[in-house]
This record gives sequence, C-alpha cells and structure tokens, in this order.
Amino acid sequence: MTAIQQPHPAQAAVTPLVEVRGLHTYYGESHVLHGIDLTLLPGETLSLLGRNGMGKTTTLKSILAFVPPRRGEVSIKGQSTAKRRPWQLVRQGIGYVPEGRGIFPGISVREHLIMAARPNERGQSPWTLERVLDTFPRLGQRIHHDGSLLSGGEQQMLSIGRALTTNPDLIILDEATEGLAPLIRDEIWKIIREIKASGIASIIVDKNIDNLLEVADRHVLLVKGEVVFSGDSRGLREDPSMLETHLGVA
Amino acid sequence: MDLAFFSVQLLNGLQYGLLLFLIASGLTLIFGIMGIINLAHGAMYMIGAYLVYDLTFRLGSFWLAILAAIPVAIALGLIIERLFLDTLYKRDHLYQVLLTFGLILVLNEAQRIIWGGDVHSVPVPELFSGRIQLTDNLQYSHYRLFVMGVCLALAGVIYWVIRHTRLGIIIRAGAVNRDMVEGLGINVRTLFTLIFSVGVALTAFAGMIAAPLTSIAPGMGDSILITCFVVVVIGGIGSIKGAFWGAILIGMAETFGSVLIPSLASMVIYLIMAAVLLVKPRGLFA
Ligand SMILES: Nc1ncnc2c1ncn2[C@@H]1O[C@H](COP(=O)(O)OP(=O)(O)OP(=O)(O)O)[C@@H](O)[C@H]1O
Ligand SMILES: [Mg+2]
Repeated sequence: MTAIQQPHPAQAAVTPLVEVRGLHTYYGESHVLHGIDLTLLPGETLSLLGRNGMGKTTTLKSILAFVPPRRGEVSIKGQSTAKRRPWQLVRQGIGYVPEGRGIFPGISVREHLIMAARPNERGQSPWTLERVLDTFPRLGQRIHHDGSLLSGGEQQMLSIGRALTTNPDLIILDEATEGLAPLIRDEIWKIIREIKASGIASIIVDKNIDNLLEVADRHVLLVKGEVVFSGDSRGLREDPSMLETHLGVA
Repeated sequence: MDLAFFSVQLLNGLQYGLLLFLIASGLTLIFGIMGIINLAHGAMYMIGAYLVYDLTFRLGSFWLAILAAIPVAIALGLIIERLFLDTLYKRDHLYQVLLTFGLILVLNEAQRIIWGGDVHSVPVPELFSGRIQLTDNLQYSHYRLFVMGVCLALAGVIYWVIRHTRLGIIIRAGAVNRDMVEGLGINVRTLFTLIFSVGVALTAFAGMIAAPLTSIAPGMGDSILITCFVVVVIGGIGSIKGAFWGAILIGMAETFGSVLIPSLASMVIYLIMAAVLLVKPRGLFA
C-alpha cells in the first residue's frame, strides 16, 4: 500500500529545510510514529494528511523537539535537531501555528504581534507589524483587545500573524481552519496562498482536501504513524482510492 | 481604639503588606511560570536578614551591608537554579518539593553554623532613626516610611516591566502557556534563570530592609513562607497584581487581627483565604 515518489533529481542538490528520516516517537509506552520519512525543500508547500489520531500533530511536535523522537533523525537546514531545544529550532526560521492556536489570555493583539517579532537569520524583516496588519485588517481593528476574546477566525489570524512577525522561512500550520465558518476559512486559505506566493515554505495539516490539492506542492499521507503516500497532487488525484481509503473522501 | 492608634496600625499593616509583596511577587512568578513550588523562598528572606546583620557589623554601615548583600543573594539564586533546579524541570512536582524542602533544611543549618541559634537585631540606620509627627498625638518611624517607599518604588518598577516591556509580555505569556512561548523561539531556560534569581533576590532584599524592624532569629523564614503562600493563593497564582493586593489584604489582616482579636489572630489569614477561595476558587486576579 505504499506509493513513494522519488524527489526530482534536480532538487537533490538543495539543502532541505526539513529532513526527517525513520522517525519513531512514543508517548510513554505508546508507540505513535513508526518510521516517518519526509523532506521539505525551501519555498515548498507540503501537506500532512491523515485521519484523526494518525500522528500528524505528533510528527510536527517531533520535528520541533517538543516530543523528541526516540529513534530517527530530524535535521533543519542541514543541522541535526538532536539534543537541541524547541526554541533553538524555531529560531532557525520556523513560524509555529499550533493546533488550538496558542493565543495567550490577558495579552492584547498588539502584544501578541510584538512579543516574538525578530528579523530572519539573514537579518531581514519583511514582515513588519504594519505589513501583518495590512494582511489582517481585522487585527488592526482589534489591536488593543485581549487576544483570547477575539472570534475563532480572528484568533487564527492572530496566531498566523504572530508567526509571520518572526520572519520565518517555514510556517507550520496545524489545523488552521478547524472550526471556522466557511467564509472565514476562505479568508485563511487566501492568506495561505499569499504566504506561499511570498516564498515562505509551509507544512499544512488540514481537513480540507480540495484546498490542499490546489495549494500544496506535495503531500504526505499518514496512517497509524506510517507514511502510506508521498507525492504531488497529480499523484494523489490519480490514486483516488488512496483518499477514499485513508481519508474517507469520495 | 482611637483614631491615632488606628492610623498607626493602618500604616503598619500597609508597610507589612508591601514587604510581603516583595516576597510574594517572586514566589508567584516562580510558581506561575516555572511551575516550581519554591519552599526555600522563606529561607532566602532569612538569609537576607542575616547577611545584613553580619555585614552591618563587619562594614560598619547598614547601607554598605545592603549593597554587599544584594550580589550575594543574586549569586545564591543563580547557583540554586543552575545547579539544582535545572535538572528537575522535566520531573514531577514531587521532586521539586522535595528538593526545595531539602534546601530549607540546608539553608537553616547553614544559618545555625554561621550565625548560631541566638536572636539578633540590627539598629535602625541613623539616617531614618527619627520619627515624623503626623498629627498632635501621632508619630511614625521614618524608617518604616522609608521601607514603604522602597517597596512601592520596586512594586512600580515590577509593574512597569510586566505591563510595558517585551520581557513583561513574555513573562505574562509564560505564566499561561510556557510551551507556546518556547514555540515562538524564546529561550525559556534563560527566562527561568532570570525569574528565579530576581525572585529570590527580591525576597532576600525584603529580609534585608526588614532586618531593623524584626528580630533576626532562626526559622524566621518559615512562618513568612506560609503567609506568602496564602498571599499567592488569594491573589491568583502567577499574577503580580494579585500578589500586590493579596499582600496588602493579608498585611492589614495580620496587623489588625493581632490587635483587635488576638485570640483568633493566627487564624485570620486562613479564614480570609477560605472566604476568597469560596467566591473565587482561582484567586482574585487569576
Ligand atoms: N500527549 C499524549 N499522550 C499520549 N498519547 C497521545 C498524546 N497526544 C497524542 N496521543 C496519541 O497519539 C496518537 C496520534 O495523535 P496526534 O495528535 O498526533 O494525531 P493527529 O493526526 O494530529 O490527530 P487529529 O486530527 O485529531 O489532530 C493518537 O492515538 C493520540 O491518542
Ligand atoms: Mg492533530
């Protein structure tokens, strides 16, 4: 049931942003990831697919060392993540938009957008506060509000906006459209396309396959902590049974 | 009770409350952000008082003693955090409680070895030895007013840092969700070291400026620790504002309790804590 496409030979020379080899992760005794492999090149958009509980969030947390893998290798920009702390990995240019958004109660929208703001590793700051507020006008209107009192969609925008203020080379979006009204979802997808167009790579976990097929360059499909498909949208469309069996999409 | 007496008690309660705030602010931040229940916090208050007692006689000046004692207190905080706590963050609370309880024993024993079991005192510094005539029949000690002023100024600085600086945003965010703060690329370990040593230094400093007002005795940190835990719980864990108002409330309650209802005095603060928790289970400002 495996259908792994080899990366294009021309891409092999580029240092991947993220490279994961044979990742095994446990929560205590429970073995959740069984040898995950994935590669993300600069500027690339990757979707991480799979039903509930298949290990998508755990994969992201293992990459960021929040849940350090027991076996396997993760490297970010060619540097092994072993023995390093999440904040050090994030500092290599990763904007993390976690499941549940990670908005801090009691902290205003403006404070969220300045607390972690920093230039990228090359000393550039394309995502100024002004640009983030231009991208999310709703946040500008609520600039002094407590972040946790915003609507779900606004909180999601705040979480993405906050990640952008760190001027990342890669943004990780875990269920960024979960629980939002369709119109707000469309707004988030529009922003995801803008982020992609600006050259930032992304790893996206989302339930909305249609949008992912359109936006993502490549897909990795997880079943019970194993990769059962890795390839581009065309490959995934050509194998509809894959989506049907593993995602319940007809 | 006449008005003059009442006013003096009011000032005493305020002064005691402000001192409690210095101790409780460190306790609440260490607890709220680092998740560490620092039982040794009270012992650091004691160490502060003994350091000033010792150095005042060695250096011949209360002020020089304070100047010399502050770096010692900060260094002690750094050593405890780096050497002992660092290995325990990933462990269960029980390990931290055991470790910091062990630290109380070690610090108390060190105090006994260095300074002995006698009760000591430090004279009120010359500069503030006078009394101010507030009304015809009401005087108040300059030194107590000075202590209030210093505590208020420090409270103002702490408030400003927490409310208006990036460090303050990070501290407040860390009290809610440490992992998310780390997920934004912020070095939480350095933040912990900073908070622990500043928290411990504030407590020791409270002991230093309280030295001329109290008897310096073995175990003096133990009872203040309990009082400060009551303050933290009343104010809400991790909340500086809560620590401030909780400290003022408890400072007043202990002061008035001991003059108005001496038989119940030792219970008053717990009754207040119970009452607050009934109405607001997570504290006033959580
Ligand atoms: N902290 C934890 N402790 C123990 N088991 C966990 C923990 N977090 C997740 N799991 C288990 O690990 C497995 C993978 O969970 P994970 O959250 O990675 O899935 P997911 O693909 O992100 O699912 P969802 O779509 O629900 O977000 C699940 O079986 C889950 O129950
Ligand atoms: Mg998940």
